[in-house]
Amino acid sequence: MAEFPGDLKYANSHEWVRIEDDGTATIGISDHAQEALGDVVYVELPELELELNVGDEAGVVESVKAASDLYAPISGTIIEVNSALEDEPETVNEAPHDKGWFFKMRPADLQELEALLNADGYKRLCESEEH
Amino acid sequence: MGLRTAIYPLHLTSNAKMVDFGGWDMPIHYGSQLEEHHLVRNSVGVCDVSHMTVIDLNGPDAKAYLLNLLPNDVNKLDRDGRALYSAMLNEAGGVLDDLIVYRDGDGFRIVVNCATREKDLQWMTQQTAGFDCTLMERSELSILAIQGPESLDRIQQILREHDKAVEADYVAGLKPFIGGWCGDWFLARTGYTGEKGVEIILPAADAFALWEQLIKAGVAPIGLGARDTLRLEAGMNLYGSDMDETVTPFESNMDITVVLDEARDFIGKEKLAQQAIEGVERELVGLVMLGRGVIRAHYPIYSGEELVGEVTSGAFSPTLQHAIALARVQTGKENLEVEIRGKRHSVEKVKPPFARNGKKAYKI
Repeated sequence: MAEFPGDLKYANSHEWVRIEDDGTATIGISDHAQEALGDVVYVELPELELELNVGDEAGVVESVKAASDLYAPISGTIIEVNSALEDEPETVNEAPHDKGWFFKMRPADLQELEALLNADGYKRLCESEEH
Repeated sequence: MGLRTAIYPLHLTSNAKMVDFGGWDMPIHYGSQLEEHHLVRNSVGVCDVSHMTVIDLNGPDAKAYLLNLLPNDVNKLDRDGRALYSAMLNEAGGVLDDLIVYRDGDGFRIVVNCATREKDLQWMTQQTAGFDCTLMERSELSILAIQGPESLDRIQQILREHDKAVEADYVAGLKPFIGGWCGDWFLARTGYTGEKGVEIILPAADAFALWEQLIKAGVAPIGLGARDTLRLEAGMNLYGSDMDETVTPFESNMDITVVLDEARDFIGKEKLAQQAIEGVERELVGLVMLGRGVIRAHYPIYSGEELVGEVTSGAFSPTLQHAIALARVQTGKENLEVEIRGKRHSVEKVKPPFARNGKKAYKI
């Protein structure tokens, strides 16, 4: 069964966001999303310094099954990408909430977080999509 | 709910993710498609392919019927049990399906695809007109494919452990692309993975028991997802993706399955004879992309600024660790590029297979 850590915020498009102690935001895809995708074989990460608005395309994750777009769950600037995923995309399956993160952003407006789902709300969304 | 094979409950026991496949509820993977792929390339796995259609052909004119029905020549079946891969064509030379035909005494056993079952049966029945032969579908039978470099040793060992020494000895004696009977089991050294292996066509209850024994002995269940990447690496076409009724075998990299012989007429021959002289405008080629990324079906192929074709099957090759594909392109085009999400990437045109027996098998 998929895990839904309580310290993360979730977008309807299955990305998670974690606000770090220094105020930056780390973004990845949820455990539920990686399970649905199957084995990840390729990721395309955004460029550094790229400025994104909520819902902008931020990259691509390709599994054995399909290619899926990755969207920015909040607005902000890309300040770091997890380039380790380029050689080891399977990390997304193994540790989606941890070593399998995709990129970090400098958030433009922390208030946007309130529009995202908490773990319970996101879990309900996933359950409703399955039925 | 779709159709279910006899193994269905055991797929669920092995935590299969089930999907609809041509009207059947089939396992796409049991956790990791990549792991299953590697297991077949490196050791052994078992795949339930009971959704495929088995048809027995008998009667005094059985051979004459097949000589007319198929572009490949069943005269090549020079010994009992030998298997032959062929297309089945419509009058215009378009591919209705691809199939394996085994010689079985004076008759034949034919295995066709599941998604084309109804169309095939109708066509094949229609073509019996004027021939003294009968077709019998054997939907009560199951098919298990045990594939991988260790498959032959492991299946023999497991059969012996379950009082099936006769069957084990039979497997030991089988040569590649040969099949035959052992009691009411039909065992053949065939497969769709590019590895050693056997396919066993057997009664449903026996298939259920054998599947349980294989899994208990540690043979991994393999889903249709891994089966697809294995066949693509092996350069084998998938009906409905790589060829269909709109293309001929010559446009589908199936030249070696066509026998044009003045003495023999077959359905679709006229078109193929014409193409043999005039050549074809499109061909099915292998593509490899050594850079990063994945090629998928229907991506457009360019040569310079000209759109010259389309990918028919594409995947990330787990064995080679780069993207591979089959594509139908205008004949003779070079310097090909695939367009992925609006960006062009150069690809190398190669002759399939891409990988065989666990290793790279293409040359640039």
